Amino acid sequence: MFGLLTVNAFIHGPIETFGQLMVVFGALAVVGSITYFKRWRWLFTEWLTSLDHKKIGIMYIILSILMLARGFSDALLLRGQQAIAVGPGTGYLAPDHFAQIFTAHGVIMILFVAMPFMFGILNLLVPLQIGARDVAYPFLNNMSFWLTAAGGMLINLSLVIGQFAATGWLAYPPLSELQYSPGVGVDYYIWAIQIAGIGTLLSGINFLVTIIKMRAPGMTLMRMPIFIWTALNSMALVVFAFPILTATLAMLSLDRYMGMHFFTTNLGGNAMLYVNLIWAWGHPEVYILALPAFGIFSEIVPVFAQKRLFGYTSMVVATIAIAFFSFMVWVHHFFTMGAGADVNAFFGIMTMVIAIPTGVKIFNWLFTMFRGRIIFTTPMLWFMGFLVTFTIGGMAGVLMAIPGADFELHNSLFLVAHFHTMIIGGVLFNFFAALTYWFPKVFGFTLNERLGKWAFWLWIIGYSLAFIPLYVLGIMGATRRLDYVDASSGWHILFVVAAVGACVVAAALLCQALQLIVSIKQRNHHCVGNDPWNGRTLEWATHSPPPVYNFAVIPYVHGRDAFWMQKEAVAKGHVPTEPKYEDIEMPKNTYAGLFIAGFAFAFGFAFVWHIWWLAIVGLVGVVLTIIIRSFNENTEYTITAAEVAATERSYKTV
Amino acid sequence: MSHKLTETKDLTDDKVVFGLWLYILSDCVLFAGLFATYAVQHGQLFGGPAPSQIFDLQNVVIETLLLLTSSFTCGLAVLFAFSEGKANSTNKVVAMLGLTLLLGLAFVGLELREFHTLLLNGNSWQQSGFLSAFFTLVGTHGLHVTLGSLWMLVLMVHIYMRGISTGNKRKLLAFSIFWHFLDIIWIFIFTFVYLFGLM
Repeated sequence: MFGLLTVNAFIHGPIETFGQLMVVFGALAVVGSITYFKRWRWLFTEWLTSLDHKKIGIMYIILSILMLARGFSDALLLRGQQAIAVGPGTGYLAPDHFAQIFTAHGVIMILFVAMPFMFGILNLLVPLQIGARDVAYPFLNNMSFWLTAAGGMLINLSLVIGQFAATGWLAYPPLSELQYSPGVGVDYYIWAIQIAGIGTLLSGINFLVTIIKMRAPGMTLMRMPIFIWTALNSMALVVFAFPILTATLAMLSLDRYMGMHFFTTNLGGNAMLYVNLIWAWGHPEVYILALPAFGIFSEIVPVFAQKRLFGYTSMVVATIAIAFFSFMVWVHHFFTMGAGADVNAFFGIMTMVIAIPTGVKIFNWLFTMFRGRIIFTTPMLWFMGFLVTFTIGGMAGVLMAIPGADFELHNSLFLVAHFHTMIIGGVLFNFFAALTYWFPKVFGFTLNERLGKWAFWLWIIGYSLAFIPLYVLGIMGATRRLDYVDASSGWHILFVVAAVGACVVAAALLCQALQLIVSIKQRNHHCVGNDPWNGRTLEWATHSPPPVYNFAVIPYVHGRDAFWMQKEAVAKGHVPTEPKYEDIEMPKNTYAGLFIAGFAFAFGFAFVWHIWWLAIVGLVGVVLTIIIRSFNENTEYTITAAEVAATERSYKTV
Repeated sequence: MSHKLTETKDLTDDKVVFGLWLYILSDCVLFAGLFATYAVQHGQLFGGPAPSQIFDLQNVVIETLLLLTSSFTCGLAVLFAFSEGKANSTNKVVAMLGLTLLLGLAFVGLELREFHTLLLNGNSWQQSGFLSAFFTLVGTHGLHVTLGSLWMLVLMVHIYMRGISTGNKRKLLAFSIFWHFLDIIWIFIFTFVYLFGLM
């Protein structure tokens, strides 16, 4: 009846039990408070079933923040263990549990924090910046979100029932094969990523079509904001890379569930095949995150330097070049495979080449600031922090691109420091900047600047304390994923410094939480108009927060920085014509996305525990919901021209 | 005539159809991953049979003909749907789709028979790296044809219920692109798996 699931799956050691209780009580607290405030109906009708890209974007970011709390707790546990498990001390984590935590930390931070945050920002911005009313497929958008959320729930469920993979975040075989990982941990890993990955792939297609087909009239490709260019390239990478992940994990599950021999140690399996395939996805994945993050600063820097972006065309070319080269460097993740000098030299050179377009971007931002009148708001501080950390991390990367040097540094903490610099300095800081910069557009009021600056400085200090020691440790020979440090190594003090750094980062995160709370409390004092920063692109042309239809009249785009040109025209005495409103068709809310993701979640859970009847229920549920939805032709509603006019008037009186 | 052309052009320019093309692109990458794996694994026999010992060319040629014919009948369904409105056009389209469905199911049946014979002779996917890659690559294509058949069935109900509306034309066009794509993948399987394997 319940497959492999027995009572034992619920029984854990003391630390795991604490995590288990956190998840259970967290869920109970959420359910309880929604019931207490009688918000269920509101939650479902206004939010969970909504096809409005702005609401889906906010839900993505909430998901990301929740998962960040989980992923960061993991990080604290890891840092704490490494700081005290030295000499006679063995720390508080058993080796297997330690391995589960670093696996979960990696998977969660990349796939359930960075990815949802990116899709959140894309959802909020892409339609607004291209002058559209929604994405190409609003229903698919909602479904993609719920599939991602279902994957995230599956990972958190592994805390409560059973265990998670103890294999490292990419689950290399043969360790991840049934022979060496007989538990359900790897299966949780596979199904969480597969379900979320399908959501990501569908989102990729959705945004690609949106950008190519739904731009406002007059917005030619070379008039698109750079953020849209980076989103376009990132989504193209999603469409090219995520199917590889799907295929690779499918083969791993065929090995585990059906006894096949793709990556096993016997009968013709080849573990390095997996490593090649997973990095053919994994390396582009880095750029899937990084490109939109670069795009964010290409929007922010011109606004706060009060100058046009320097080198628009070279920015576009650099973006395309990075996207292209991102598929030609995957072997640099395992130079030690033994592919030979020629192959390693090729991939080493390709890796160094990718630094050139990235450098072009850095110089373009610097030249944008040059002779600008820079306003040092929090987003601009994040940019400065990004510039320094990202350049340091990038140089560490170019260093490791030399195969000879990589043989020394492979699998060391130097590498761990490098990719954390890239993802924190090069992606997370950008997202924080985006959150601060676009917050008033989405909610109508700005975030508290004072606490924002505190958060920034704590982040920079904490991040430096946490990761600079890791660079040093790596060069001293410390390998990654150690759950115990020998006292004679002399590494202990640096691990303690890194743990202190993690605590400072925790303070920074608390500061950000406080910033959010304080800003919401004081929102009436920080209400700003449609255009608080003197923006240049179309999202600032509409109201804050934007109405459900975004633009009452679809704007016509005459050049780059479309909103700036509108403002210039008005300044020159051009009187805008009285807008003529028309009926607007918008998508209706639907429960179908929730149902599909719910069934997919059941399907994944059933496969983890080999509960075959539930797997069939899940699969049939998904297919039937899609079929039933296809017969519903009544998926849109009309906002009449009179209603649009009334809404627009209500904004004017505020 | 001119009217017909513009309508076709509008639909090929449609964002749903364009999105489907992108999906096809992503599916191509998925198959590329499986083909690459097959290329790596096809020599890993480990005591199991070699490709030339288990492939039955006659069966594969029949499968190929069935699938190619089904693409032709699917094309006819599109042609009927987009031609000037005749009274029995709906019936013709549904009939052609029905024929396509039968051919598709026959293809899946033959593939299952091939798999069954292999299993009966003890050549399961657990035998060797080669057989794992073979079953997965060919089976994934077969799974696509099966899901395509389900899609086709739903589409037939749509067309039967609501006639050849613009929405249904779009659905039909999207489906036919998917179905032709399965043909192209099969041509690659036929060439690189079966023909190269028998050489």
